[in-house]
Amino acid sequence: MLDMHSVPQQQPQGRQFNPYTENGGTILAIAGADFSVIAGDTRQSEGYSIQTRYAPKVFRLTDKAVLAVNGFAADGNMFVKKVRQRLEWYRHAHAKDMPIRAIARLIQTMLYARRFFPYYVYNILGGIEEDGTGAVYSFDPVGSYERETCRAAGAAQSLVQPFLDNQIYFKNQTPAAGTSFPSHLPLSTVLSLVIDSFTSATERHIEVGDGLEMYVVLARESTALQGVEGIGGVQEITMTEEGHRVFVIRRELKKD
Amino acid sequence: MNSLAEKYSTTSPLSKLRKAQQLAEDEELSDAMWGSSAGFGSLAKGIPSFTVAPVPDPAAFLRLHTDDHADPNCRIKIQHGTTTLAFRYKGGVIVAVDSRATAGSYVASGTVKKVIEINPYLLGTMAGGAADCQYWETYLGMHCRLHELRNRERISVSAASKYLSNLVYSYKGMGLSMGTMICGWDKTGPCIFYVDSDGTRLKGDLFSVGSGSTFAYGVLDQGYHWDLTDEEAQELGRRSIYAAGHRDAFSGNTCNLYHVKQDGWHFIGNYDLSKLHYEGPNNVAGQGYGYDVRTEGRTSANPPPAATATA
Repeated sequence: MLDMHSVPQQQPQGRQFNPYTENGGTILAIAGADFSVIAGDTRQSEGYSIQTRYAPKVFRLTDKAVLAVNGFAADGNMFVKKVRQRLEWYRHAHAKDMPIRAIARLIQTMLYARRFFPYYVYNILGGIEEDGTGAVYSFDPVGSYERETCRAAGAAQSLVQPFLDNQIYFKNQTPAAGTSFPSHLPLSTVLSLVIDSFTSATERHIEVGDGLEMYVVLARESTALQGVEGIGGVQEITMTEEGHRVFVIRRELKKD
Repeated sequence: MNSLAEKYSTTSPLSKLRKAQQLAEDEELSDAMWGSSAGFGSLAKGIPSFTVAPVPDPAAFLRLHTDDHADPNCRIKIQHGTTTLAFRYKGGVIVAVDSRATAGSYVASGTVKKVIEINPYLLGTMAGGAADCQYWETYLGMHCRLHELRNRERISVSAASKYLSNLVYSYKGMGLSMGTMICGWDKTGPCIFYVDSDGTRLKGDLFSVGSGSTFAYGVLDQGYHWDLTDEEAQELGRRSIYAAGHRDAFSGNTCNLYHVKQDGWHFIGNYDLSKLHYEGPNNVAGQGYGYDVRTEGRTSANPPPAATATA
């Protein structure tokens, strides 16, 4: 029998509402002259344990836009679901796909609508602009955004972004006398850089690994696909005949 | 029980937010859904404009998860750190900003556009929360256009800045963070208003906002007078941002320079701050702003060849 008086006095306990967790992983997007590559690893973890080795972080929205989400997976999946719903409404109302710059603004307003209860999600949107150029838009969790040429986000952001700055923007490099750096890189170079970024991040970051998914959005008239025949496992997932072309390339990453 | 009391109390954060939303509400447009609702505008009606955490004190919840000054390990990092400046002189308004965004000690971006082009006659600057500034100044641009359509004339800088000021004041205490200068040219001539999320709104000739503002003020106050030529004024703006980028770790990368004249704003240029250090605005090696560059071979630490020979 428990003697009530021997139970120590209950101390007041603090409770806090914490709906967020961090699920690791890294995403990355690079814009070319007439294409865009959006990539992410497929590991999902919580703390030191791996929840799954295949949880996609990159999603095709339309035939010209692909969205990568990183941070809290539940928020990310819900956010993608809601963006897709808004894009479907747009399609029903206007009988066309929303242009990517409009999707970018839509994402801003959707993120900012949760300014006081944010989605814990870093978004990178990649695709083809109405003028046929490759585009990358990156967002913070509450909706500030910017169009860029390349951007890495997530766990290994600080490992990958400096590498990209050096190899894409040629930061801290000086061209050889009489030459200059190209303003846009060919698709084969970009794909190699993406693969190298993720294999390196897998080596040095515990939350990155398992699998790599690279989406390539190609302007319809683009010839960028020539010269990447060497890269195996290219799968076309284009939905319509008149839109741009979307491909996905899957790679294995180390699983330890 | 708590939620029931919450629902009907007039002082809770939730009811404050409700009041704020009623204040800011336009007849036709709800706040968060002012982007196209894809032709389904009616669907947007009736849903709350801003979602808040279902807790007694949403502002404290937000602070817990986003404020990186209180807790550097918090998850959601809102971009911070800035130097922005604007000043009025006889030739108009000069607006100069840096382009660095930091999340903690990580340089999240070096290419941020901190001057927001509200319309061809109005500029806003960005300091504090990047999203807060971007979103509300875009929203302000929309209302400036509505003002033009309703009144058949452009909105004054004063009215535009007051619209923004009243708007952010209605959200006071909810965690918005912005320090902005609304710059433009209206019937009264060149004009600058400082507006921040505390509700402050000040008219003035010269302002600098952000973590690097003290360094910028140092240069700005030294070189400022009303009768500056356009070239002198632009150089002063550039030089002040350089000084802030040089001394403030949270500012840097590049400088964006704008000039507002009677016919609206003009983008003057984007200047790499490292280039300004070594080469100056005209890209001449040895003519940079850096004192180590200008004193090369002339100081005791780095003496000229003649002095070394005699020693």
